[in-house]
Amino acid sequence: MTNDFKSIKKADVLLVIGSNTTETHPVIGAMIKERKKNGAKLIVCDPRKIELAKYADVYLRQKSGTDVALVNGMMHVILRDNLHNEAFIAERVENFDALKATVASYTPEKVSEITGVPAELIEEAARIYAAGPNSAIFYTMGITQHVTGTNNVRTMANLALLCGMLGRPGTGVNPLRGQNNVQGACDMGCLPDVFTGYQKVSNPEVREKMKAAWNGIEMPATPGLSVVKMMEAAGKGDIKALFIMGENPMVTDPDTHHVRHSLEKLDLLVVQDIFLTETAQLADVVLPAACWGEKDGTFTNTSRTVQRVRKAVDAPGEARADWEILTSIAQRMGAPWTFKSASEVFDAIAQVTPSYAGMSYARLEEGPLAWPCPTPDHPGTPILHTEKFARPNGKASFSPCEWKAPHEWPDEEYPFLATTGRLLYHYHSGSMTRRSAPGEFVKELYVEVNPKDAARMNLSDGDRVRVTSRRGSVEGKAKITDRVPPEMVFLPFHFGEASANILTAAVIDPDSETPGYKVSAVRVEKA
Amino acid sequence: MQGIEAIINGKKIVAEPGMTILQAARANGIHIPTLCDHPVLKPVGACRVCLVEVEKNPKLMTACSTPLNPGMVVHTHSPRVLEARRAVVELLLVRHPLDCFSCSSNGQCELQDVAYELGIKESRFADEGDTCRSYTLEDANPFYVRDMNKCILCGRCIRTCDSLAQYHAIDFQNRGIKTMVQPPVGKDLENSDCTFCGQCVQMCPVGALSEKTSIGQGRPWEMEKVKTVCSYCGVGCELNIHVNRKTGRIANVKTDYTSQTGLNEGRACVKGRFAWQFVHSDERLTKPLIKENGTFREASWDEALNVVVGRLSHIREEHGPDTIGFFSSARCTNEENFLLQRLAREVIGTNNVDHCAHL
Repeated sequence: MTNDFKSIKKADVLLVIGSNTTETHPVIGAMIKERKKNGAKLIVCDPRKIELAKYADVYLRQKSGTDVALVNGMMHVILRDNLHNEAFIAERVENFDALKATVASYTPEKVSEITGVPAELIEEAARIYAAGPNSAIFYTMGITQHVTGTNNVRTMANLALLCGMLGRPGTGVNPLRGQNNVQGACDMGCLPDVFTGYQKVSNPEVREKMKAAWNGIEMPATPGLSVVKMMEAAGKGDIKALFIMGENPMVTDPDTHHVRHSLEKLDLLVVQDIFLTETAQLADVVLPAACWGEKDGTFTNTSRTVQRVRKAVDAPGEARADWEILTSIAQRMGAPWTFKSASEVFDAIAQVTPSYAGMSYARLEEGPLAWPCPTPDHPGTPILHTEKFARPNGKASFSPCEWKAPHEWPDEEYPFLATTGRLLYHYHSGSMTRRSAPGEFVKELYVEVNPKDAARMNLSDGDRVRVTSRRGSVEGKAKITDRVPPEMVFLPFHFGEASANILTAAVIDPDSETPGYKVSAVRVEKA
Repeated sequence: MQGIEAIINGKKIVAEPGMTILQAARANGIHIPTLCDHPVLKPVGACRVCLVEVEKNPKLMTACSTPLNPGMVVHTHSPRVLEARRAVVELLLVRHPLDCFSCSSNGQCELQDVAYELGIKESRFADEGDTCRSYTLEDANPFYVRDMNKCILCGRCIRTCDSLAQYHAIDFQNRGIKTMVQPPVGKDLENSDCTFCGQCVQMCPVGALSEKTSIGQGRPWEMEKVKTVCSYCGVGCELNIHVNRKTGRIANVKTDYTSQTGLNEGRACVKGRFAWQFVHSDERLTKPLIKENGTFREASWDEALNVVVGRLSHIREEHGPDTIGFFSSARCTNEENFLLQRLAREVIGTNNVDHCAHL
């Protein structure tokens, strides 16, 4: 998020797109509802009639996979009616002409045809967002999990820049990150092309710095492979060993059948986890790890805020904290690592990571800190881009994008569009929530089907349905609801025994390498 | 801003403008008992326990909902106040079962505290007409139990649902002695707007609402609170793990509505508050496992680590570092993610490290 949570209270307009906030980020959902109740305007864009749609001043029900067109259409209206922020653009943004050229053809009428949203609603949403005075955008995986995900995100940024909705309380482009420490894992350099703090592995100076800090070892210069690419390479035999810490790709990665094939082909699969997950079952060696509540450390949340997590109870049996296991492995491979506590590891992070350089456990004891926090006396940065953008000249640049149809689109053989997502009661592969109270509340896969489609198929609530894509087929209980539009079904992906990801394709966005989970063409029939 | 001057119990006090009598008293270290009040909820003056005497006012006034005016002379514990306060509490006790020793709220019950403070052992109205209600215990969902026999109708749950959870799943229903807190007519909780965030449970001053997940896990006074952050979504709600040191197990998870450090203002959802039993699941891995002929056998750490290190080294030498890949985890801490990418880059020599950021 460019902004912090307090900023929500200052927003005059909240634009929520591709985020079922009240289920996936319930506390931010509550903050958004509270702000709406206290007078802000709410625009919701989502193919599913999510709870927030009930409270929206304008609800746009775009077809899944048409977000770029929808927002280009809004920008078209803003430019046509001269509602953009001329002064902000002149002072802080480049490449304006290119944006104008791109969105010129996205008339509300044309966009309406692509998205299925009535032209007048596109106009209304555009006017409300531009009028602000402070408008904030919130999005989640409904924006990113598309083969055009990067362009979807760029388009959100274009809209905010066009109206000058960045760098102030109440504004911002705010991706709501789905996992407790997904921000932190990225910040820590668990990405194939960057070290900690997004320092490029391709930059020789950065590699020299890491070499000096990390025992004089030469750092590899070529960016590595992403999760999806590693899986592909494993399937071809180009990756021989995988070391998986705390992930369950057998449930969470696209195209489950292919994932199984890839993992089985490996010479060595090591899984470090808290349960014998679907993935761990395929491992050669399984290392038992301590879980939440059993170890010290830090998490970095969606607003870039670093907070301490603390050990409350001992890990069961011989399970050990992941950082201890990793240290043991490194030591046995000859690395002179000496970490004795999570706090010492944190100091090593601060040493090589400019955005964390001013943080320490002593400071975090007093309260959370948002990065960048470059020096020990720096208060942290709850709001980004207040004066400058993170480019050499300090200016942002519009990155105009054309809308492209998704990798797969319903056709005669597979006439439905399936989309996947999370439920309030469960979390990801379900290995934690299904072993806790929510597991007794929502026990199995269900498939949301529109009443019109249900009537045509003679389907009643609770009947078994089979959903089939070009990759495979799953069965679940039908839940008949107008939350999904006709010819669309929704499947939560938490249930390993009926994994929604059997349906999804390992087709990825070329820049972010994120799979296009939100669009699969499927057939739906009574089972 | 000019402070407001007033006199409470003969002592001159200064308070911020806009404060209620209760807030002003608290700010000046003067205790007034309350039941329906909570610092983060809108005051409603429902329970009448905070009644105080304000000179020149014929009626007793609720301290929680009466603004402090300049020059007010307030008595919080005068004989008249105490008599009224006792009557209020004794009337509540008429309809409140006194099964404290088996109640999950024992030791944290605010009604118990107020009765103790006022020296009440039993209600003098106990045999006059209406006695205890006999509502059925509601425990159909796995998250919390409702015992409406214990409800004192303070409405804290309703206000919590409204202002913190931002739902309106429950409200007062019926009138008079039949009044109770309920989801909309004809709906049970499990089919109402309730999302089981459990905030009302924490707010309940008595044992009318209690966490099903912590039944039998320990008494409130046995708990040690450990401040941490939720392990589910990216919001990063601050939570307090309540640990029972006798059992060494997590007994409950709560929040702190007046925390100065939490980003969540005390809020949390069904997962944060109720989905922690996995920690103590029997299915947790407790020993390293090595697969032989298709089945796992338990191994010592020494053996397992040697196998991992030996085979990784062999593959690196045989096929090169880029034939090895690492999946890190958005579930793990920063420290662990940092070390995993160092293991990949520094020890193995590959940039093949990623995690499920996109999934």
